[in-house]
Amino acid sequence: MSPLVAVLYIVGIMAVFGSAFALTTIAERKTLGRMQNRFGPNRVGPFGILQPMADAVKMLTKEDIVPSSADKLLHFIAPLVLTTPVWLNFAVLPFGDHVVAARFDAGLLFFFAISAASELAVFMAGWSSQNKYSLLGAMRAIAQMISYEVPLVLSTVTVVMMAGSLSLTDIVDAQSSYAFGWLARWNLFTPWGLAGFGLFLIAATAESNRSPFDLPEGESEIIAGYLTEYSGFKYALFFLGEYLGLFAVTGLGVTLFLGGWHAPVKALAWAPSIFWFAAKFAALIFVFIWARATLPRLRLDQLLAFAWRFLVPLTLINIAAAAAWHYSAWWGFQGAMATRWVLCAAIIGFPYVWLGRSLRGGSPALRKYTYAE
Amino acid sequence: MLGSGIIRGFIETARNFAGSYCSRERLTTIQYPEERLAQPESARIMPFLVFDGADPKAGLRCTACTICEQECPPQCIYIIKDAVKKPDHIGKMQMQPKVFDIDISVCMGCGICAEVCPFDSIKMDQVFELSSGERFNTFLLHKEQLAKPNEYFRKLHPSDAAETDARRAEDKIKAEAKARAAAAAAAAPKPPSSPKPGPPPKVPAPVPEHAEVAT
Repeated sequence: MSPLVAVLYIVGIMAVFGSAFALTTIAERKTLGRMQNRFGPNRVGPFGILQPMADAVKMLTKEDIVPSSADKLLHFIAPLVLTTPVWLNFAVLPFGDHVVAARFDAGLLFFFAISAASELAVFMAGWSSQNKYSLLGAMRAIAQMISYEVPLVLSTVTVVMMAGSLSLTDIVDAQSSYAFGWLARWNLFTPWGLAGFGLFLIAATAESNRSPFDLPEGESEIIAGYLTEYSGFKYALFFLGEYLGLFAVTGLGVTLFLGGWHAPVKALAWAPSIFWFAAKFAALIFVFIWARATLPRLRLDQLLAFAWRFLVPLTLINIAAAAAWHYSAWWGFQGAMATRWVLCAAIIGFPYVWLGRSLRGGSPALRKYTYAE
Repeated sequence: MLGSGIIRGFIETARNFAGSYCSRERLTTIQYPEERLAQPESARIMPFLVFDGADPKAGLRCTACTICEQECPPQCIYIIKDAVKKPDHIGKMQMQPKVFDIDISVCMGCGICAEVCPFDSIKMDQVFELSSGERFNTFLLHKEQLAKPNEYFRKLHPSDAAETDARRAEDKIKAEAKARAAAAAAAAPKPPSSPKPGPPPKVPAPVPEHAEVAT
């Protein structure tokens, strides 16, 4: 790749996802408002679309406060450590036909390796602030991110197994054909892909610290978690980093399960590939916002139990389902497809129901308030 | 099954999302500067002075009795009596305020002044957009700014105003009847002298406590 093309990619990715960050903040606030029967921000500009500019002005003009007892150096570089590596995630994502900055053979591995850097940054922020809430938030973040990285990676393993490659461009190519001559062969349209996509979405929500897994910033419990001692532009950088992490993992979800830049049906394949990527990307972002408007925050023990006792077993079982799907591909009898679907759905569905029942744990004993009755 | 409640929740928020674009009743927000809620009748923010008729000076009900000034808990009312009297609604000569100031930066809106006023003069206003960039002059309201017509009072507190108006009309009728009776009595031939008991014999006035100071 010539240096000029590389610069073009860098500028393009930073411009597109930078403005996507601004757009998502306003879209999220508007959507959340509508889902709570409110208007959402509608004061700055027509329909409030200039709200991100006002937010930026506010963030940039705020005083940058550093606690006197803080570790000044770590406190300063933590937002940079969070925001800088996140950009690298976008290097391996194929945004369109031949639109990918780096054709890595181990693209998926690179992606997960880079996104693990955010844990370091979060702990740096919490530790250097010398604040109990910051430290608590950072420890929660570490526990959560490490726990959910396991199901996140395991849910993508099925895709790697089926495509036979860690390269994201190869994974997209593996989903390029059309079943029955019209419907795209996305991984989503298989039983293991459907289950894997759900598990991936849950783990991705937790990885990007979004509601209902936003414990590291649980306002009602620990102020703002590791962000407590940050203000002004550093706070904005943290926000940028979190949203970019969300975008990256959303782009990965689109690539792995939703067929990347391919059209959903053959009749629509004439539209530009980047458009399809953007459309799926926006739809997934909407799902994340939707979840934020719907679900209340978990407790820390519920969060960890959910990861280790529910998500991890299910992702492992999903690998078995993917194996069953793969090794039954040669079946040629009448109704083989339906049989394979039922088989794989049973492999995932029964453990799902069983785990759901056994982990429910009944209602807790009624608490006695000795002095209040 | 596990997750059915979550799906129900998602359906609920989706219904809100779509519904808030379709039906305006779902959005309960009042967008304040453009839209306003009607104030309830009993709302009270700060006092104002009622006047009858068109002239705020001639029609002012206040008689400068200073009861409100004395009762005001944060002491935000300042009254100076005028030397000139003026007739009230029943034609009786009453005092009037030369200065009637209310410092609304001190006023706490308790409404005690309106409750104690025996002349139905001071009532509670409902204006609340009183912020100002100028600190010293805009918050000290004078008689001219405080005086507002009775129609305004009727609009703000219809039932209170109706009761007040009825009572004052009755007072007026009574006063007129009394005046007529007095006039009739004056016009009628004097009954043969049944001398009124004269004023009681004067007793020496009690010496004021600080008489010695007053020399």
